[in-house]
Amino acid sequence: MTLTSPPVRAEERTEPTGSTGASPSRRKLPLSPKFFIVAGVAAAIGYLALVPLGYLLWGTFFDAEGFDLGGFERAYGSGRMGELWGNSLAFAGGSAFLSLTVGTTLAYLNVRTAVPFKALFFAASIVPLIVPGILYTVSWIFLASPQIGLLNNFLEPVFGTAPFNIFSIWGMIWVEGLHSSPIVFLLMVAAFRSMDPSLEESALMSGATRLQTLRRVTLPLVRPALLSSVLVILITSLESFEVPALLGLQNGIYVFTSRIYFVFRSYPRDLQAAGALAVSLLAIAVIGVIIARLLAGRGTKTYQTVTGKGFRPRPLDLGKWRPVVGAGILIYFFATVVGPLLVLIYAALLPYYQAPSAEAFASFTLDNFRQVFEMDSAGRALVNSLVLGISAAVIVMALMSIAAWISVRSTIPGRGIVEQLSFVPLVIPGIVLGVSISFVYLRSPIPIYGTLLILLIAYCTKYMPYGMRYATTSMTQISSELEESAQVSGASWWTTFRRVLLPLLSPGIMAGFVYILVVSFRELSSSLLLYSPGNEVLSILIWEQFENGSFNVLAAIGVLMVVALVIMVTIAYKLGAKVGLRED
Amino acid sequence: MLRIDHLVKSFAGEKARGKKNKAQEGHAAVFAVNDVSFEVKEGELFTLLGPSGCGKTTTLRSIAGLEKPDSGTITVGDRVMFSGGVKGGDRAVNMPANQRGLGMVFQSYAIWPHMTVFDNVAFPLQVRKRADRPSKAEIAERVERVLATMELSPQAGRQATKLSGGQQQRLALARALVIQPPLLLLDEPLSNLDAKLRESLRYELKRLQRELGITSVYVTHDQVEALALSTHIAVMEHGRVVQLGRPREVYESPSNKFVAEFIGTSNFIPGTVGSAQGGQHSVDTTNGRLFIESGSDLPTGSDVVVSIRPEAVELSTESRAGQVPNEWHGTVVARAFLGDAVDHVVAVDKHEIRARVNPSVSFEPGTQVYLQLDPTKISLVPVG
Repeated sequence: MTLTSPPVRAEERTEPTGSTGASPSRRKLPLSPKFFIVAGVAAAIGYLALVPLGYLLWGTFFDAEGFDLGGFERAYGSGRMGELWGNSLAFAGGSAFLSLTVGTTLAYLNVRTAVPFKALFFAASIVPLIVPGILYTVSWIFLASPQIGLLNNFLEPVFGTAPFNIFSIWGMIWVEGLHSSPIVFLLMVAAFRSMDPSLEESALMSGATRLQTLRRVTLPLVRPALLSSVLVILITSLESFEVPALLGLQNGIYVFTSRIYFVFRSYPRDLQAAGALAVSLLAIAVIGVIIARLLAGRGTKTYQTVTGKGFRPRPLDLGKWRPVVGAGILIYFFATVVGPLLVLIYAALLPYYQAPSAEAFASFTLDNFRQVFEMDSAGRALVNSLVLGISAAVIVMALMSIAAWISVRSTIPGRGIVEQLSFVPLVIPGIVLGVSISFVYLRSPIPIYGTLLILLIAYCTKYMPYGMRYATTSMTQISSELEESAQVSGASWWTTFRRVLLPLLSPGIMAGFVYILVVSFRELSSSLLLYSPGNEVLSILIWEQFENGSFNVLAAIGVLMVVALVIMVTIAYKLGAKVGLRED
Repeated sequence: MLRIDHLVKSFAGEKARGKKNKAQEGHAAVFAVNDVSFEVKEGELFTLLGPSGCGKTTTLRSIAGLEKPDSGTITVGDRVMFSGGVKGGDRAVNMPANQRGLGMVFQSYAIWPHMTVFDNVAFPLQVRKRADRPSKAEIAERVERVLATMELSPQAGRQATKLSGGQQQRLALARALVIQPPLLLLDEPLSNLDAKLRESLRYELKRLQRELGITSVYVTHDQVEALALSTHIAVMEHGRVVQLGRPREVYESPSNKFVAEFIGTSNFIPGTVGSAQGGQHSVDTTNGRLFIESGSDLPTGSDVVVSIRPEAVELSTESRAGQVPNEWHGTVVARAFLGDAVDHVVAVDKHEIRARVNPSVSFEPGTQVYLQLDPTKISLVPVG
């Protein structure tokens, strides 16, 4: 793969990819632009992934005098550590269990059986994309808080006492589990779909009952997907901040994320103690990932089965169970989608929150929305969110499309490291990332603390793995012959990349771009530690309303945000259809 | 052994939707299987042959119990597997697939990749109800025996996915046979193999079927496979059986143009029956009169299509008129060497006739040749 001297245009195009420090030497040295681009991208990824972690460890274990475990003493000294660990594990384990059970069951029903209301499944599955965790949690406060919850209002006359208390560990598990169950659903739907139905049919023909087939054939076959769902969900629930912060802090139910926030924000600020907790949470996440990997490693022989044309999905008849299952699905749909969204709209229209009554409906007003539009910070937050989301998405996808080439196509030694580095942020909970990045820029001379730039760095780091996944997936789908034939035709590496690979990658890049844009709109945990007054983003605005107790204004902002996200997701799907992006 | 009576299956989705959806009303339901009846005798290998979408697989899956027909009956031995029920008569029956006790080999083999070869074969015995489940030792013994028959004993402990294509096919067969089913269903079991392996396994399959004497229903779209393997063939088109007979009958006297076309390449020439007596026909075609010996008499004056198999045509540069009943004259347009034969395309008047001849005979394009047509190898296909 030798390269001829680069065309002029190619040289110009190298600038935005951030080949650090390469510009002055490039014209003198006969080194190819490929070298600088690759080295620059690798360095950028390394910087984003490793520097915050380095500072976190340094800042936690060392102070001015040297090695010091004072942070741990102070963090763990409060005497309630057992409770903190217990809550964290119960919360993460419980919600992971709930979402795995619900998500896998729904996926099986949807793909494998003639279940009614199939369209509702996918409506439910995009909910976590359009309803940010913070709004979802607030909705459930509206529904099941012991004081104001609508469900309690309805059921109190029946039971004599409020049956639900959302401000408890069970409430936290319920909300987190439901909110993340669609993630499991989507992962498992893909797994069930890619499974040859005749594997199950042949079990039936062998005389196995439905249950035996499920236990001995279906589940073992989707084990790899099941384990990777466990991995994803475990990390999601460990790093969940919104649910424990909104539901747990009131009654002093701390998990690691909310405790870190509490310590970080209390005065005098004890960064070392916050760091100690962050390191502990990171350690749990890493151990969790390693265990899941080990388990998966034992089972991830990728089962490649010869498949012929007989791949028409033949859904199983549910027979007499159909109405029962159908009712269950309707209940699930109302609990996860309709209820939370309706209650949000309902609250947004009320001057103050109350149970539905003729009086309440009569008092419907758009006053909350007016307040939002008159709020200075609202417009600013929207602009900030947009600017941050778009910049992060552009930067990440640009870096990752090169990184994907390095890891999938190149023969450069150490290319595996680039890929692994880009996935490091996956195991860093958002709140830990916030702590780490604040450590870096509180100490480094670069004056970006308290600007939007620090948020941008956080977002780029956090969403790097998602960008990488999108980019590598599309890169592996492009036959290497397409690239080689461009080279044989005389194109340089950069020309090949630009004229052949990028256009072919564009559907994947586009999908990654939109995904990052959408998820960055909902980012709360690391933003909360890094923002400063004046550069709020939308999620911070909602958080502030929550802290002020202005729930109805919050609901109004929430409704607007959901509308905005629905529009973005719709555009994404339309765009996806246009550039030939296909699901599964 | 197996009896299928008036089996009908329409695509359930279309039918159900058609009722609700006004736009689809008026469109007839799409019939995958439309009034199919046949009988398979003990020990036979019965083949359902046809192009994709002709309903052969749907028929097989209905026998298996993986598809629920709309009406008709399916009986294996004296057990009614399915019965659509008759008004005021028998009750509807639909035995679940897992209680029919039949053996089936899938097109994809459906070998469970998370089990060893042994476990794959043992599975059907292990999942039996406790009461009739054989003991562990007996299961092991029976699995071993069937693996030995399939020459898979050395692979017993291996992961099933490590097997080659041919071994996987034999494993699928072993799994289907371990319960000693009364009926074996095979859904295009050879279509995933390469040409050479397919040929050797075809004979292997035939030998096994004959040795074990197991009644089988075989689905394929490959006419060579069907001709080589079957005791009887049912050719299907658009959900109906269009011809049912022994392989030689189907090949030599196709009942219509579709069958003739589908089973091997053929030359078709339209004509009218001039006279017919005791199977001796004389047919007037645009290329002249042909004498044809065919099984049954067709009425004089009826329109027919004459089907001439390429291998029924002999070519030579010398006329043998007088010695043979049918001789045409034409010009070679193209030829292709096929290894065991040479294909010639010969222009005769307006028609192009394909002739497949011994490789020792080969004529340059442009050569004037005489075509001699054996009257016993030409078949008459009624039109309409």
